[in-house]
Amino acid sequence: MDWINILIQGALLGGFYALFAIGLSMSFGIMRLVNIAHGDLIVLSAYVAFVVTQNTGLDPFSSLIIVVPVMFVLGYALQRGLLNQTLSGGLLPPLLVTFGISIIIQNGLLQGFGAYDHRLQEGAIETASLRFPGGLSVGVFPLVVFAVAVLAIASLQLLFYRTRLGRAFRAVSDDADTAELMGIDNRKLYALALGIAMVFTALAGVLFGIRTIFAPSAGPIRLILAFEAVIIGGLGNMWGTLVGGIVLGLAQAVGAALDPTWQILAGHLAFLAILIVRPSGLFPRTRD
Amino acid sequence: MESVRVERGTRASRVFAFVAVPLVVALVAMPWWSDDAGNMRLIGEMAYYLALAQLWNLLAGYAGLVSVGQQAFVGLGGYALFYLTGPANMNVYLALLLAGPFAGLMAIPVSFAVFRLRGAYFAVGTWVVSEVFSLFASLISVLGAGSGLSLTPSILRQISPDRDIRDTILYLMSLAITVFVFAIVYLLLRSRHGLALTAIRDSEPASASLGVNTFRTKFIIYIATAACTGLIGGLIFLQKLRISPEAGFSINDWTVVVIFMVVIGGIGTLEGPFIGMLIYIVLRELLADYGSIYLMLMGAIAIAVMLKAPFGIWGWVVQRYDLQLFPVGRRLARAPAEDASQQ
Repeated sequence: MDWINILIQGALLGGFYALFAIGLSMSFGIMRLVNIAHGDLIVLSAYVAFVVTQNTGLDPFSSLIIVVPVMFVLGYALQRGLLNQTLSGGLLPPLLVTFGISIIIQNGLLQGFGAYDHRLQEGAIETASLRFPGGLSVGVFPLVVFAVAVLAIASLQLLFYRTRLGRAFRAVSDDADTAELMGIDNRKLYALALGIAMVFTALAGVLFGIRTIFAPSAGPIRLILAFEAVIIGGLGNMWGTLVGGIVLGLAQAVGAALDPTWQILAGHLAFLAILIVRPSGLFPRTRD
Repeated sequence: MESVRVERGTRASRVFAFVAVPLVVALVAMPWWSDDAGNMRLIGEMAYYLALAQLWNLLAGYAGLVSVGQQAFVGLGGYALFYLTGPANMNVYLALLLAGPFAGLMAIPVSFAVFRLRGAYFAVGTWVVSEVFSLFASLISVLGAGSGLSLTPSILRQISPDRDIRDTILYLMSLAITVFVFAIVYLLLRSRHGLALTAIRDSEPASASLGVNTFRTKFIIYIATAACTGLIGGLIFLQKLRISPEAGFSINDWTVVVIFMVVIGGIGTLEGPFIGMLIYIVLRELLADYGSIYLMLMGAIAIAVMLKAPFGIWGWVVQRYDLQLFPVGRRLARAPAEDASQQ
């Protein structure tokens, strides 16, 4: 029974990682953007939610009404103003520019909020749990997070495969130059893509802030976890990203069950092992 | 027929050599003409940052290996020094000499994993590997686990019982290692391997089609830079006296600022890292009272340089003035005699 419990917790944790990874997977899949600042943008969303809850009396879930549009606009502006200029010149420009953004966000938060921990408080849901026969107990909040991740990916799939906008996204992902010849304004579309990606980043950030304490330095490890989920799942495959997150969550849960200090390490080792066996992930869809 | 000859040096490089050599001599002699320990420490730090920048430049600017995991080798070198001098009770100089080869050795299995990855995957893969080393260090109790290790006074007494003399020796070692690293990079780039590297920098598929063994070249560069980075890591933590997983494997301290230096100064040039390092140190010292503003500024400058002048400050200078201080390329010039006869 213990092991079933561990696997369930691991899989639910995986939903959390998948949620971290959706924004990254999207910008990676559509514009091949390696967004090093992704983790810091998650943390920034949590801080925005913190400021909103402090100043309006809204609870963290309701603060999304403000956090989501703020992050959407930020994403749109970042892509339009900075990142669009980096996409034609190889690997280094996007990597470096997003590294710069990452350092600016981290140290800006450090200057503004100090190095100590913050958290978002959502009340009873944080500790509530469901009991199942056989002694299984599953936290409500992890279940909600998992459900949000699945719904988020399902709605993105609908967007990609059922709408004109989605068709345009897939077109620029497959061949940006040809898409442009067909009358798509790539620069605008990329800005919109990062804006939408940031909607999910905002969602991930708020849920992250409710689940654990956060500090300005919390971004890089979120980025690594998100990246691992994206790469394990395979580039450009949203459901793959969910599977990647679950694989990561399971590896961590099993590692932690063997020895609590092994949790993160077990995830990294699983990631490296999968990369060595299948360098482009389990279910790649987009070519690199 | 017009005859040409291949030139390597330029007038600027010869003039520069006349300036640079006395400058290095003056820096080496610094302990004897200045007794400002703070300045000496700062110059020592500039020296090892320059060496780290030069190594990352070789890796990313020439071999096309954009690693964001070089902190792995700084940490490995540092931990090697602390383990060998502490639990293994080895002489400190011998331990420092072994720190480099140890990091190089560890880079071999690492390369088997990360060399299967390309581009962005490679970058993040190297970062994950560094995190793995950091987490392992925090699990191993003989390495002090999460809290790390300190150098005991008896180890420092091996260098010298006198603090001033010790500072001087460490300072001279920083300079020596930097000159050593710089000499290796410079000579490597001037050799036929350098030609191969420059070709890979400009186009990997084209250089492969002309017979450059790109995999072997990159592999050698990766291992060599890891070993040099490990040596520098040993020296850095010999001066800091303490190492912990966070400090040893810090991506911000040992890789991100180094990348900023190289990109701001000019990637793929030997002069660029000098300029980038100077800008970093000047910003940091000027803005020392304002927390981490200097880091944000460094990030903003790096972004601006990448977008507006992707070859960095030195790249702009070269484009404008055709200036080269460390000539590694070959240029064609008319032979002087022919020149005269044609006029």
